[in-house]
Amino acid sequence: MTRPDGRTSLPAQRGERSFDPAAAAAAATDAILHDTLHGTRRGVVVDSPPGAGKSTLVVRAARELAAAGRPLMVVAQTNAQVDDLVLRLADKDPGLPVGRLHSSEANAFDPALAELPSVRTSAKIADLAGMDIVVSTAAKWAYTKVDTPWGHAIVDEAYQMRSDALLSVAGLFERALFVGDPGQLDPFSVVGADQWAGLAYDPSSSAVATLLAHNPDLPQHRLPVSWRLPASAAPLVSDAFYPYTRFRSGTDHGDRRLAFGVAGDGSGVDRVLDEAAESGWGLLELPARHTPRTDPEAVRATALVVRRLLDRGGAATSENSPDPVPLTADRIAVGTAHRDQAAAVRAALSDLGVHGVTVDTANRLQGREFDVTVVLHPLSGRPDATAFHLETGRLCVLASRHRHACIVVCREGVAELLDEHPSTEPVQLGVTVKFPDGWEANHAVLAHLAEHRVRWRP
Amino acid sequence: MSLIQTLARMEAVASGRAAPLTTVRHRHLSERPLVLVPMTTAGEAGAPLGVLVGTDREKPQLLAVPQPRDRELRFAFLAELAESVLPYVDGFADAVEWEERKETDPETGKRVAVQVELCADAPQLIVPSTAGIDFVRLLGRSMRFRRTAEQEPETPYPAPPHVPLLGRWFTHFGERSRVPGASLLLAMTGLLSRHWATGQSMLEDQHLGALLAWIDPPPGESGQVAAERAETGRDADGQLLCPPAGPATDPAFDNRLLSPAMARYDAGLSGAEEEVRALIEGQLRPTWDAVWQGLDLLRALPPGARVADRWKRDRWSYTAHRDRVRAGEPPQPRRDDAVTAAQKLASRETAQAQLDAQEALDDPLVMAGRRLSGEAMCGTVVHVEMAYSESRRPTPRPLVTLRTEDRPQLSENVKLYRPLPDGRTQPAEFVSYAAGGGLVVRLTGGMGRGKEPEPGSVPEADDAVTWTLFEHSPRGGPELPDPEDTPWTHGGPPAAAAAGAPADAPDPVTAEDFL
Amino acid sequence: MSVLDARLSRVNVSRDSRPAAAAPPAGQQTPTPSLRRRLTELRGPGVRPRSLDARALAALAANPGCRRRALLDGAGIDKGALAQALGSPATYGQSQFAIMRGITFESRVKADGGAALMRLLHERLRTDTAPPEGEEVALPDLSAAGPEGRAARTALALREATAAGGWALLDHPMLAVEVAGSPVYVEPDAVVVHPDGSWTVVEIKSFPMIDGAADASKVGEAARQAAVYVLALENVAGHVTARTGREVRVRDRVLLVCPKDFSNLPTAAAVDVRKQLATTRRQLTRLTRVEEIAASLPEGTTFDLRPAEDGRPTRPTGELSEAVETVGAAYSPECLASCELAFHCRKRSREQGAVETLGRGVRGELGGLRTVGEVLAAAAPEAAEEAAEDRAEGPGRPDDPAVLALRRAAALRAEALAGATGGAARPAEERACR
Repeated sequence: MTRPDGRTSLPAQRGERSFDPAAAAAAATDAILHDTLHGTRRGVVVDSPPGAGKSTLVVRAARELAAAGRPLMVVAQTNAQVDDLVLRLADKDPGLPVGRLHSSEANAFDPALAELPSVRTSAKIADLAGMDIVVSTAAKWAYTKVDTPWGHAIVDEAYQMRSDALLSVAGLFERALFVGDPGQLDPFSVVGADQWAGLAYDPSSSAVATLLAHNPDLPQHRLPVSWRLPASAAPLVSDAFYPYTRFRSGTDHGDRRLAFGVAGDGSGVDRVLDEAAESGWGLLELPARHTPRTDPEAVRATALVVRRLLDRGGAATSENSPDPVPLTADRIAVGTAHRDQAAAVRAALSDLGVHGVTVDTANRLQGREFDVTVVLHPLSGRPDATAFHLETGRLCVLASRHRHACIVVCREGVAELLDEHPSTEPVQLGVTVKFPDGWEANHAVLAHLAEHRVRWRP
Repeated sequence: MSLIQTLARMEAVASGRAAPLTTVRHRHLSERPLVLVPMTTAGEAGAPLGVLVGTDREKPQLLAVPQPRDRELRFAFLAELAESVLPYVDGFADAVEWEERKETDPETGKRVAVQVELCADAPQLIVPSTAGIDFVRLLGRSMRFRRTAEQEPETPYPAPPHVPLLGRWFTHFGERSRVPGASLLLAMTGLLSRHWATGQSMLEDQHLGALLAWIDPPPGESGQVAAERAETGRDADGQLLCPPAGPATDPAFDNRLLSPAMARYDAGLSGAEEEVRALIEGQLRPTWDAVWQGLDLLRALPPGARVADRWKRDRWSYTAHRDRVRAGEPPQPRRDDAVTAAQKLASRETAQAQLDAQEALDDPLVMAGRRLSGEAMCGTVVHVEMAYSESRRPTPRPLVTLRTEDRPQLSENVKLYRPLPDGRTQPAEFVSYAAGGGLVVRLTGGMGRGKEPEPGSVPEADDAVTWTLFEHSPRGGPELPDPEDTPWTHGGPPAAAAAGAPADAPDPVTAEDFL
Repeated sequence: MSVLDARLSRVNVSRDSRPAAAAPPAGQQTPTPSLRRRLTELRGPGVRPRSLDARALAALAANPGCRRRALLDGAGIDKGALAQALGSPATYGQSQFAIMRGITFESRVKADGGAALMRLLHERLRTDTAPPEGEEVALPDLSAAGPEGRAARTALALREATAAGGWALLDHPMLAVEVAGSPVYVEPDAVVVHPDGSWTVVEIKSFPMIDGAADASKVGEAARQAAVYVLALENVAGHVTARTGREVRVRDRVLLVCPKDFSNLPTAAAVDVRKQLATTRRQLTRLTRVEEIAASLPEGTTFDLRPAEDGRPTRPTGELSEAVETVGAAYSPECLASCELAFHCRKRSREQGAVETLGRGVRGELGGLRTVGEVLAAAAPEAAEEAAEDRAEGPGRPDDPAVLALRRAAALRAEALAGATGGAARPAEERACR
């Protein structure tokens, strides 16, 4: 099929047996590296769906550029992302000289970096002169001045970077590889930016939107295979959130298995765990009720699901290891829409004696990966849907962090809530419409979850 | 809307009268504001019908257009408006103070201190509603690219002198009003609804008459009854008792009164012009009075301590535009270039953060909202334990145990800020929850340079203290490139991009202007 | 998309089913005779159903949760007259200045055989074909008797123009959409047939585009209206495809034409209406609920105003009000701008103390508390203790986080106000002092 912008996408996943995910991914990577190393254009854009090997690509591109004698700067969006990239680079090539430019505040970077022999950390760019690769956040780069710009840059999580942030760093490099996931949360501004809506360089839009509006003929690539999402999840996430740029799972049905050592006790919580182990998805549906965000029953149900996941001796089998790997707390995450919900779930987990499980909002779970995720549905118990709760990217992040299974805790009534949502959005001339919208994506996900529903009255 | 504001609205419903949202006034009010009540022609862009304008509540000046679709009459109106507004705006240009500012010396590239002028006061325009602000912006856009005969003798349909200049000033006021907390141009509905919660929705608060009815209802009447009358009450002829605050007119007024009167004017009947003027004044006058009533209500509130600080930024803004006009710079472009847009967005985001912080610091009722949302905490000091940093030159890092009923959203090493009585801020960080309730905070600065903290810089047991999780004077974003250095990712320098018409080319005009 | 298709399977407006459609232009389910009878009863004997226009259809999306509105619109009841009879008339109306301006502008745009319009269309839609020259644009005559006749004439003109393979400009064509079982006739400002067989809806509005930007809420409204036309055209497209064998595509980017800046010269922008199309399809599907809503009314319910000879309603207000109450409304302040009955619903909603009167958004943090009275009671510390004893379950129970948050909010507010001297607290006293 053809996207509105003329890009073609892969044929649909179903009904094509000869598809070799590794070969498809390798071909895409080769083409990207070719354009990056030998292309004549100043930019290369890579769309990467969840778990498609974006970090691997960034590390590989950085190393190949460095190996070709072309020093480069890497721009990431958060300090955690920067530290993670440095660790990955050092892991692949312990001798590679990497600079970590950081802010002058205390605890500005992961102390683990200090242990790495070839990694140098500093708050001053002059200290990092001569390093093959210098990595920092967009915010820190924006305050950095250099005499000669870098020949190359890699901009990571470019769809989450705001256009004005790119404006303040783009003078530091000649050409760049932009990598990111278009389906995750868009950048935003706390003040109105309507007066610039429709302008190619609207400072509140995403860096990639501005880049492509001004340079529409840059080479654009796509990583076609999700190595994270299991075969049970890729089609849904692809259909619901990436209808014009479909992707597929790198693994097949049966390649991954989640099993419990302890049989279920017949409770709703255990039944939904069994359903999720079997099918990759589970919906634990509580009775309809309007609640405030920190719905105590839903919060407690979420915590109970995690408790039982651990108690029942979950074990995950995957292509990564021939033997089942115990499902431990660090392989589980709970995702929520709001910070106070995350805090309430943390407290409930602590009451149940569970520690070490990541509990965070969609914003902060972006880019992360777990074996099993438990999601408190953003619309659960709400009397009304708002643009925030309907945002496509929020649901996409929450539904695409898992390697094995995703369990959603939600009150009944979300379908009706969506149906009653008024659709009277203003329309700005010249602004590219984000499609599908949150309404459609939410309905698609709900319809799928309905097939894995366990009703439960706590 | 936050829960604490929702609650205030519900209190208003129950009492039949608006409930306070603040304990102080959070916007600067000039001693001599210029009130501007505009009205526009339905269906037309930038075709004003009339205004009441002035600084004397008893003597508003009425400017009216008996036939707004006639270009000559519109120009005459705009010329009168310029004559009325510009002397007021210019009236603040010459009284100046001197301020020291750091600038980059173009020759040495070093930062040097220079003395610059800062206007001692600035003009302030008050319009009835947010739609009025949009209208000022629209008028600004419609006027600033006009050419006068003096500028271009050959120009077709030249604008009267001063009209382009008024356009530039209106554009400046309009842009400045987008900066959170800025007060050069304010809407009365916005001012009132910042300070009071009514028993109706924010949507209904856009109606100035209804809003005032809730805040200041007639004796013996509930706000709701008075507001409903203001919204929908009509006289025997079907005309609204409380005309809309504009600039849009009520269709019933247009169709039943204005249209026949204009037809008489078009037919050249004597007295028709006066009739149209009287009709327009009749619609504008109640709103004029309402704006002044609102000013009275707001003036009764004491100003917040940091309001003057924000007004000083408005004075800088006014001074800077004065300088641009004096330097003969061209009018503001139609749309911002990439760098200007990014600069404006960054400065507005900073202004928003500053405004949020300052309002909370100035007003315990605003701070209460931040406490409820977990962004601040008030409590009593239980215990202070002296401690020092582990550096070669140990500095004081006292640990303060606090008892509080608040529930801040804390995690380890979260930064905290304590407002000090002298207006400064003391930094700290969250350490842990204390055994048996309460929490422990480590002070990380604001205690002087010595080994021991300066007297009074560390709170003592039983002191009441407030810590916020938000900064008190958040700093602005990074420096952006000069527009000439706009990078390739953003289309390159604007001059290269703009082929064809110069940015300040006049709008094309057509011979027949009558639609 | 699968969900949407599933939801639309009952009706025939889905795009995916387009080529197969061989039903009448309004290809939705026809109402059962009993429903038709029931809706006639609701309107009252002899009252013709009020026809919805595209604006009204687009407005359905403003509050899809309102059963009252769905029923009244579905039954073709004149809500304006009903509101008047209930004593809470709507405050709508349009200034004749605005109407005049709209008419003059549209005729300017369409002057000279639509030359200006065709030029703008070609520029903005960036079609691959060569720009149309004056005589190359066919201007079919669409005049016929009655809306049915005009709709048939339009369908024929579309078929002929498409088969001819050139440009054609249809000025005020008539199209039909099925709404809750009855055909509704809608009239776009223009439809353009492209040489490649695709069709574009043209909307002409009199609000300005200044420096390429326009009032976003007005553009949104125009986009929702245009979506109704696209939907209606898709029905015709199905038939044309079936009859001519030529694949017809109704473009999902419409052309919005507005005055440029402060002039009377036209300018235009392409507007992507895919979202609005999806929404409109949804809303039209939902209108089939009318039967279910009608069935739930007490026997004999009617909204008949019983007009006298002079047209004045004779039905007692109380009786009418009772009839209206039999079907639930979902009032929120946004209704005031989009529904003739809104002032009546607001009055009722305020009488009941519904929290929605303060805005849709306030409910988010209130959980199950539905009235101002409940909220204030929950916020008062002493009352909350009592409520806790009364109710161990449901909203208001002791561990309801909404109640806890309200009590904290009330305590913090009281503390701050008690500490403040004067402040914004006492406007009336200050007024007295002046």
